[in-house]
Amino acid sequence: MNPIRLTGRAAISLTRMTGRVAIFAARGLARVGQHPSELVRQIMQIGWLSLPVVGLTALFTGAALALQIHSGGERFQAGDVVPAIVAIGMARELGPVLGGLMVAARVASAIAAELGTMRVTEQIDALVTLSTDPVGWLVSPRLWAAILCLPLLVGVGDIIGIMGGWLIGVNALGFNSAIYLANSWAYLEGWDVVSGLLKGAAFGLIVALSGCWFGMTASGGASGVGRATTNAVVAASVGILAANFALTGLFF
Amino acid sequence: MLAVRGLSKAFGQKQVLDSVDLDLAEGESLVVIGGSGTGKSVLLRCILGLEVPDAGEILWRGRPLAQHRADFMDDFGMLFQNAALFDSLPVWRNVAFRLLRHMPKARARAIAIEKLARVGLGPEVADLYPAELSGGMRKRAGLARAIAADPRVIFFDEPTTGLDPIRAAAINALIRSIVDETGATAITITHDMSSVRAIADRVALLDRGRLRWQGPVSEIDRAGDDYLRDFIAGRARPMARVPAS
Repeated sequence: MNPIRLTGRAAISLTRMTGRVAIFAARGLARVGQHPSELVRQIMQIGWLSLPVVGLTALFTGAALALQIHSGGERFQAGDVVPAIVAIGMARELGPVLGGLMVAARVASAIAAELGTMRVTEQIDALVTLSTDPVGWLVSPRLWAAILCLPLLVGVGDIIGIMGGWLIGVNALGFNSAIYLANSWAYLEGWDVVSGLLKGAAFGLIVALSGCWFGMTASGGASGVGRATTNAVVAASVGILAANFALTGLFF
Repeated sequence: MLAVRGLSKAFGQKQVLDSVDLDLAEGESLVVIGGSGTGKSVLLRCILGLEVPDAGEILWRGRPLAQHRADFMDDFGMLFQNAALFDSLPVWRNVAFRLLRHMPKARARAIAIEKLARVGLGPEVADLYPAELSGGMRKRAGLARAIAADPRVIFFDEPTTGLDPIRAAAINALIRSIVDETGATAITITHDMSSVRAIADRVALLDRGRLRWQGPVSEIDRAGDDYLRDFIAGRARPMARVPAS
């Protein structure tokens, strides 16, 4: 086929898909507060139960970051910058991105698998026959739970990550505990933290939207649910990295 | 009460429904039969608004259903082929799903347990999850959910699929008694002739998207249509047949 025609067809298809996802997201966000009990349940599922994985990721990342910065900084006698760089790096970049990716792996897959199974077993059709809007019942609470929880998870991850750096700094790199903590705060600005939390909210939307979209549009039985789950995790991960680049450019 | 006029639906090149006309009187039990892939499920999905028809309209109490769907759904119940119970909710919450929106939890639970008893399930089932039930019990729980709000219209999608003959007969008898008791209008889709004889007041035969025959259940054995006769007798036919006239 003519390559120009192929390109045009792909562009139209991409535009159409983007429009559909945007309308789906807007419908989900607009139905805020229709089912408060479901929102609470999703906050537990998405936020509370993600704490261990986000906390452990932040702890090891902060510790590894301290070792790397110390090792690299020593080459030009700048090993003392470890506390400040760990704090800024965690708050601006690694806290939100790695937290978002870990939640994507855990939550986008779970949402896509759950909603995909509901789709192929007619549970979503059953909701319609029970006069219940599936977007209001299933999608909206997940979107809002992820948007609300991710900044909190990022905030907790930032603190744990900085503590990971502090543990290594004090116990392995010879820093004084009080000076390490003082230097961590001294160079950290409010916008460093706030920008990371805003990134977290955006990543939360991307994670939940990927899971909900691929789950709600799943078809073809068990293999269809498997495909939906894979696609949700891939889309959420790539979406987070792309959004991180765009937001970093916008914020700084 | 419910009328289908010239309903057509195609998926790509495949014409699944082709100008189907059906009328259903209040309190009547219509069973739609036909082989696999003849458009039975799509007919139900179009009536429910889960599929958008390419042509035709559906009337409910003389008015276009599409404009009064919310009212229709408030008075509607459905038993799905595999029950379609919500995995994350215990059985009683499944049954009381619609009730919980407008009544206290304790009252909704009491009604759910009453409806479970109506379909032959004891109160001990109420707090189990759907995954803990057998196929027949899931079907009964699905039936309890369908009748929980005393609907005036009930759809049954392949109610006996996957059940042994004894359980299938029990479900058929249950559906018939519920329809008689409540006076609800019912559409059942099936290819199980024992369901047809137990449930139907009137039978409609779909063949490749077209309504091939319809009439009272008492007349199906005397019908002149050769496909209907083969369908009733379970006789094999060549896969490619002359299109329905």
